[in-house]
Amino acid sequence: MGGSGSRLSKELLAEYQANPFKERICRVFSTSPTRDRLSFEDFLDLLSVFSDTATPDIKSHYAFRIFDFDDDGTLNREDLSQLVNCLTGESEDTRLSASEMKQLIDNILEESDIDRDGTINLSEFQHVISRSPDFASSFKIVL
Amino acid sequence: MDMAQPLPFVLDVPETPEDQGSQEPSPYDESEVHDSFHQLIQEQSRWAAQEGLELQQRARGATGSGQHTLSGSEGAHSTATLRILASMPSRTIGRSRGAIISQYYNRTVQLRRRSSRPLLGNLVRSARPSLRMYDLELDPRAQEEEEKQSLLVKELQSLAVAQRDHMLRGMPLSLAEKRSLREKSRTPRGKWRGQRGHGGVCSCCGWLRYACVLTLLAFNALLLLLLLAFIVGPQAAFPPALPGPVPVCTGLELLTGAGCFTHTVMYYGHYSNATLNQPCGGPLEGGRCSPRAGGLPYNMPLAYLFTVGVGFFITCISLVYSMAHSFGESYRVDSTSGIHAITVFCSWDCKVTQKRASRLQQDNIRTRLKELLAEWQLRQGPRSVCRRLRQAAALGLVWLLCLGTALGCAVAVHVFSEFMIQSPETAGQEAALLVLPLVVGLLNLGAPYLCRILAALEPHDSPVLEVYMAICRNLILKLAVLGTLCYHWLGRRVGVLQGQCWEDFVGQELYRFLVMDFVLTLLDTLFGELVWRIISEKKLKRRRKPEFDIARNVLELIYGQTLAWLGVLFSPLLPAVQIIKLLLVFYIKKTSLLANCQAPRRPWLASHMSTVFLTLLCFPAFLGAAVFLCYAVWQVKPSGICGPFRTLDTMYEAGRVWVRHLEAAGPRVSWLPWVHRYLVENTFFVFLVSALLLAVIYLNIQVVRGQRKVICLLKEQISNEGEDKIFLINKLHSIYERKEREERSRFRTSQAAVPPTLFTDERDA
Repeated sequence: MGGSGSRLSKELLAEYQANPFKERICRVFSTSPTRDRLSFEDFLDLLSVFSDTATPDIKSHYAFRIFDFDDDGTLNREDLSQLVNCLTGESEDTRLSASEMKQLIDNILEESDIDRDGTINLSEFQHVISRSPDFASSFKIVL
Repeated sequence: MDMAQPLPFVLDVPETPEDQGSQEPSPYDESEVHDSFHQLIQEQSRWAAQEGLELQQRARGATGSGQHTLSGSEGAHSTATLRILASMPSRTIGRSRGAIISQYYNRTVQLRRRSSRPLLGNLVRSARPSLRMYDLELDPRAQEEEEKQSLLVKELQSLAVAQRDHMLRGMPLSLAEKRSLREKSRTPRGKWRGQRGHGGVCSCCGWLRYACVLTLLAFNALLLLLLLAFIVGPQAAFPPALPGPVPVCTGLELLTGAGCFTHTVMYYGHYSNATLNQPCGGPLEGGRCSPRAGGLPYNMPLAYLFTVGVGFFITCISLVYSMAHSFGESYRVDSTSGIHAITVFCSWDCKVTQKRASRLQQDNIRTRLKELLAEWQLRQGPRSVCRRLRQAAALGLVWLLCLGTALGCAVAVHVFSEFMIQSPETAGQEAALLVLPLVVGLLNLGAPYLCRILAALEPHDSPVLEVYMAICRNLILKLAVLGTLCYHWLGRRVGVLQGQCWEDFVGQELYRFLVMDFVLTLLDTLFGELVWRIISEKKLKRRRKPEFDIARNVLELIYGQTLAWLGVLFSPLLPAVQIIKLLLVFYIKKTSLLANCQAPRRPWLASHMSTVFLTLLCFPAFLGAAVFLCYAVWQVKPSGICGPFRTLDTMYEAGRVWVRHLEAAGPRVSWLPWVHRYLVENTFFVFLVSALLLAVIYLNIQVVRGQRKVICLLKEQISNEGEDKIFLINKLHSIYERKEREERSRFRTSQAAVPPTLFTDERDA
């Protein structure tokens, strides 16, 4: 199988040029030391997680890792604000204003942070996701 | 040099701030962050106790009054604190391979033993219940990763192949690890077959309609099967003599149901009132019987009554069961809240690959987030008494107008039906029969749109309430119209059509209503949604397609099914017509949906809708049809010239006649008449059963309330734990900060070569 033979760099992943999370996806699934290349096995992992048949558990597990921009195991305020910026667009005129961003993050933490520590950990994230019926269909890539 | 406290650290934690510039440690680098948290706290608390007062003052100052907050931002914490934080169980659960393996090992064990609680004997008391499954390093009996893996493999081997595959598929490990686990757990004889997972999930609307339509198809198919087997089949095998010449079939029958459909098994009037296939001839032939070979007497009136009764009974039981089951699945406390979090986490559709589509999606999400924030702001605003009064007045006015619309529609239907009775109908004018269904159909189509326009006037406080109120209004309208029609059929038509076969007429009317409902739904889908999309795109210049109105579509399905249930007694083949109609409507709506609409913006609605659908199907729809049926069976005199009950006073008498036969038949079947007299006809038994049912419902309500209270208490407990955690983190931070300051000052003084005495003076100061 693939092994160390072929490596796919993130620039070549055409599918994800339009995805604002492409950097994070590459980092999460990559097992190379520099974390910027995907081997064939990593690519298979990626497709398996984003496929139809992956359970919501797996999808939410990996979604959490993708959204955790600083890789510290929780979603804190910086992670959430970076996430919202990815969703709305990075340029100045498409971002939310600072007050809107703060209000939004406050609301998100109010709704999902159960133990009130200011961050969302994996269990809280999975609990929020379980209430949404179309998470599984939006966290899907069709080749 | 003798310091006050040479700390016997066994930690790997760097004590100098020199690598603060390097990348923060990530829990992904497992090998670096496995510290013993427990041991650390012990050392630190020993040291802190020696320092005593100063630390307490610092901690108090950092936490402030009341609610604990993290002191400063996390960036200001020392690297050491960050490493400790990074190895907290709640943060490492997601990526520690050992924890994942343990978790799935425990899940497999639970699956095998079918118990929902872990066995007390195997647990370590030190960990929180939610963390026990992960078998973390904190537990003194924590095992090595290889051990955990071998345990998991052993458990997997004892599962069935399908369950093992399902369990493996659900583990968040990399493919290589899963492959190795699968290899190890494969039993020598079982060949691993690739298993197809269940098919992909359609979008919410497609799935919803599919589920609703499937439910309805199931109910109709069940009813149809019973009717075919016990009524239509036997009657078709022994056709009675036709009263007159068969009218020639024109195309109009498909719409009106009259004409050449009249004297067929489709309608009540065709069924004979005698016993079919009787081995003996009639009593006119004298007492001698020559039994025909293979003859089985079939009492048609009894069969008709019992089949319809049993069909309705089975439908009732399965409906109540599905409703309870669906309610149990979809019931989650506070599932309509969390809209901000759900929008941010779940709204990016990863299937888009075009840059332009991706930008469009970003625009949509931004608009949506801004709308949500604006709505939230509106709700947070202070509500003055004047504003609330105004809102209540607007709400009351809109409700009054909608109820008035419903009443107006009912009166209009009544007046029109009276007019139809009064006016002389010529025999050739079959098309005139279609006018009443058309008028009713148009009213049913137009009045909900009117109510929706009126609803734009009222204050939009809570989207949940808005949708439920729209459903209620639509429901009241349909109930009013159907109630008027039922009175018209059973009250007026029976009187008017004395001497003719009124049951046939009512059956045909219901057939016409069903077909007209189908035609109007078709027209509404093709033109209504298409035209609205064109208008909204060209004239109103909205960039999004109109929303798919789930509530209205679901109510239309329920209306159609109510008509089918109302008509079953008078037209046994009506469920077949309903099945054909459902299939056609489903495919047409699906095409129209993909072309013209977009998914509704309220994700919670789809998951609740199937429960709401089943509840509405059961309570107003099925209950109303059952009441109609009971009234028709018990109170109305069947017509004297057609049908299985033509010689009886009520349809129910057929059962009573049979019971009397049984009484006369002999002592061996005497229990049946006894049951009939004391349990079915006696009202006391019915009261007892209803009282028991009410008691069970009340108990269940109390249980649910108790569980809600428990959930609230648990939430409170969790937030208390969170506060504890913050307190500990702050204390830890202050300890490390102090230590760092110590080290820094010690380093500086040692460099400056200050004599020890001065240093101690500094320290004492």
